[in-house]
Amino acid sequence: MAADAILSIRDLRVVFDTEDGPLEAVKGIDLDVEAGETLALVGESGSGKSQTMMAVMGLLAGNGRASGSARYRGEELLGLSPSALNRFRGAKITMIFQEPMTSLDPLYTVGRQIAEVVRRHRRVSGRAAHTRAVELLTLVGIPEPERRVDSYPHELSGGQRQRVMIAMALANDPDLLIADEPTTALDVTVQAQILELLRDLQQRLGMAILLITHDLGIVRRFAGRVAVMRRGEIVETGSAEAVFTRPSHAYTRMLIDSEPHGTKTPPPSTAPAVLEARNVSVDFALRSRGFFARGAGTMRAVHGASLRLKAGETIGIVGESGSGKSTLGRAILRLLPSEGTVRLDGRDISALGRSGMRPLRRQLQLVFQDPYGSLSPRLTVSAIVTEGLLVHEPGLTSAERHRRAGEALTEVGLDPAARNRYPHEFSGGQRQRIAIARAVAIRPKVLVLDEPTSALDRSIQVQIVELLRRLQAEHGLSYVFISHDLAVVRALSDYILVMKSGRVVEEGPTAEIFEAPREDYTRTLIAAAFLTTLGTAAEARPQASGDTPER
Amino acid sequence: MTDFTSPAPAPDPGPLPGDLPAPAEGERGRSLFRLALRRLVRNRAAMAGLFVLLLVTLFSFAGPHLVGHRYDQIFTSYVAVPPSLEPRPSDEHLQDVIETAARRGRVTVGDFTVSGGSFTATLNSEKTIDPRATRYIDRTDEFEGTTVTATEEDGRRLRIAGTVAREYFPFGTDSSGRDLLVRVMIGGQISLLVGVLASLVSLVIGVTYGAISGYLGGRVDDVMMRFVEILYSLPFVFMVIMLVVFFGRSFVLIFLVIGATEWLDMARIVRGQTLSLKRREFVEAAVAMGLSDWQIIRRHIIPNTIGPVVVFVTIVVPKVMLLESFLSFLGLGVQAPLTSWGALISDGTTTMQAAPWMLIFPSLFFVATLFSLNFLGDGLRDALDPRDR
Repeated sequence: MAADAILSIRDLRVVFDTEDGPLEAVKGIDLDVEAGETLALVGESGSGKSQTMMAVMGLLAGNGRASGSARYRGEELLGLSPSALNRFRGAKITMIFQEPMTSLDPLYTVGRQIAEVVRRHRRVSGRAAHTRAVELLTLVGIPEPERRVDSYPHELSGGQRQRVMIAMALANDPDLLIADEPTTALDVTVQAQILELLRDLQQRLGMAILLITHDLGIVRRFAGRVAVMRRGEIVETGSAEAVFTRPSHAYTRMLIDSEPHGTKTPPPSTAPAVLEARNVSVDFALRSRGFFARGAGTMRAVHGASLRLKAGETIGIVGESGSGKSTLGRAILRLLPSEGTVRLDGRDISALGRSGMRPLRRQLQLVFQDPYGSLSPRLTVSAIVTEGLLVHEPGLTSAERHRRAGEALTEVGLDPAARNRYPHEFSGGQRQRIAIARAVAIRPKVLVLDEPTSALDRSIQVQIVELLRRLQAEHGLSYVFISHDLAVVRALSDYILVMKSGRVVEEGPTAEIFEAPREDYTRTLIAAAFLTTLGTAAEARPQASGDTPER
Repeated sequence: MTDFTSPAPAPDPGPLPGDLPAPAEGERGRSLFRLALRRLVRNRAAMAGLFVLLLVTLFSFAGPHLVGHRYDQIFTSYVAVPPSLEPRPSDEHLQDVIETAARRGRVTVGDFTVSGGSFTATLNSEKTIDPRATRYIDRTDEFEGTTVTATEEDGRRLRIAGTVAREYFPFGTDSSGRDLLVRVMIGGQISLLVGVLASLVSLVIGVTYGAISGYLGGRVDDVMMRFVEILYSLPFVFMVIMLVVFFGRSFVLIFLVIGATEWLDMARIVRGQTLSLKRREFVEAAVAMGLSDWQIIRRHIIPNTIGPVVVFVTIVVPKVMLLESFLSFLGLGVQAPLTSWGALISDGTTTMQAAPWMLIFPSLFFVATLFSLNFLGDGLRDALDPRDR
């Protein structure tokens, strides 16, 4: 078996020197990648899966050290000088990253960037390299490759950029392609297309793919063999089928089972409407205006959307990125200027200005997607959680506020002793709990949740979903739940709005939407979402051609 | 753009779902600022800079109390004397001085001995000597408290005794006969004060202005930034002269003038930071919470600009000190006998060939201070933004 291993890793350790002493991110792992196979390295964030490959490619951060052995066809890679490493890097072993937005240099055309990679490793003329670039773009399925070769990265969509990244990775016929979360930053429908492309390329070109991901749905559909990593160690290896049907380690079982379960019981139909939005439209000024210039043009991000949120109800808003779902969420909170009427408890609030809204803010709260960006890094958790009390209950003493912070933290399942700490000392899931504590500390009626689980690991997502359910039951909260993740939306919502290009294209009770979607778009969304979570490699096949064009 | 959301390039160890670091009850978290401080303490160059800076400060502010001379005290006998660790005057010099003084009193000096801080001498004359002749001796800087201890030969020989005023001038004296050591200390006080206070003035104005302009945005931002650009286009010296004409020349005015021109850069830096900060979600969360604009600026915007601002201040301080010396050079800064390092250096350049020490000593201190500030600034930047390394 080890004979045809093109990459064999033995006892690899990665240690980072930090303020608090050395931190072992990878604790002596063994791993073989065989020619032509697809191996998935799975684990939650912080399990060391990316650092393993970074160490092999000599891309560790400055304070990181790798020891052990990593051999490519018998040649030791660890400890090679950068120039020696470059014989393999980018030629025989290539990498694609998660962020297609930042992995390409915005100053050069994509053709030039691909040609650069070609010429870096082979002696060919500029013309030949250019021809090769067009060839590669054709290979990765970019429409009109002759024209696109002269495009700049900003002229391409996220999915197309990821295709360009793949083209660059393939430029020198690699033996091994390392794909580090290649689809995480993409929309679900685009994800399916990119995965299909990778599989297709692998079959045509016969290279091995090492897929690093946290998404078990992708693994089940895509990988032949799986290695599960946890806290810097590989806890389980085996064929995908064996791992999924007979997981031997408790951690793997936990990962596989961490799907949000259950559905929500709708509130009684007599429940009063808390928030009502009718015909809400949002325009954005297209160009930033000069000092004397008038507005040049506008872009309509939301076209006349309406919703009626009853007490205790959850409305899910789903759609791909750019569909206007977050904009709608902010418009009904009156955080963005909009047309149409918004009523809170029957009172029209659409004409109120910032200061008019201030006393009402208490009832309308917002939780964000990114738990890293939504907490001010310079305030203690206590100060963050009690911020709303400063405004809405200014009479409280600081001791009283501190006590309330403790209460709010207990409510979201955090240790109240942690309230004097700072956000950077918490993990992503804990930060999201803090953000939720901040919102519920002032006892709102309506909570708009803007992709609150998207940045979190699956197992944490399940916990956050549970937390949101409990809070809703205890306080009779109403949620507007914005997400592209239909599995989570299904578990939480009573009613669903499907948005596309700023319009609500379909709406209805959750069960109806999932069982009998009317629109093709909704069907595509559902198919794509459950392809990556439930489908198997065989089932996935016919679906993946994907009739939704990339934007 | 600098921001501080990821303090170290180390990966999150990633606790298991539901795991919580178990903090001791009531334990204080480590703020970003404290983490930065720890990184700073580990930076040797920055710590050396800080140490030198403290020494210079101590020297400038405590020094004048330890040296007996005043900064404006003129020693007519010691004009432009070179630095020396030996006390002045020397014995040969004393002989000369007493003879000159005696000649003025129309007497001659017999034996003259100095021991430690006192001297004895005999004065001879062909006529009776008026004891008041000792006043000629007292009049010199070197001798004082001269008394007649014995009168001999019918008053034609006086034995006198008194104390010798011995002075130390380790840095020498300037061309007016003032102790350079004390003047370097006083100059240091002025330069450091100007540096720190003017930077504070520019800090307060710049941070407030920049944060307001950036946060409010839109037309307000346009107007406020155009105003800054107009101020940028005014020549600095013209501004200073104008302000001096309006408000008269005073020590406080220097702080204000320099602070009032230096805040422009600070305002731009803070505005840029604010523009990126106000799109961050924690600011939107604060708006959704119902905080007023000013509360958001104070609680969320300004604290998060602190990193670049602190670093920039360490650049402004030396810049301000140089500006002050430039103003003093033009005669718009501090006025003699008060002085600053800049003024001392500009004096020193005129006598560079004859009395190089007048240039060397203030320059040494100035350069040492500027170096330390730059090392400290470098260290602060590394400490506050570890991703730069």
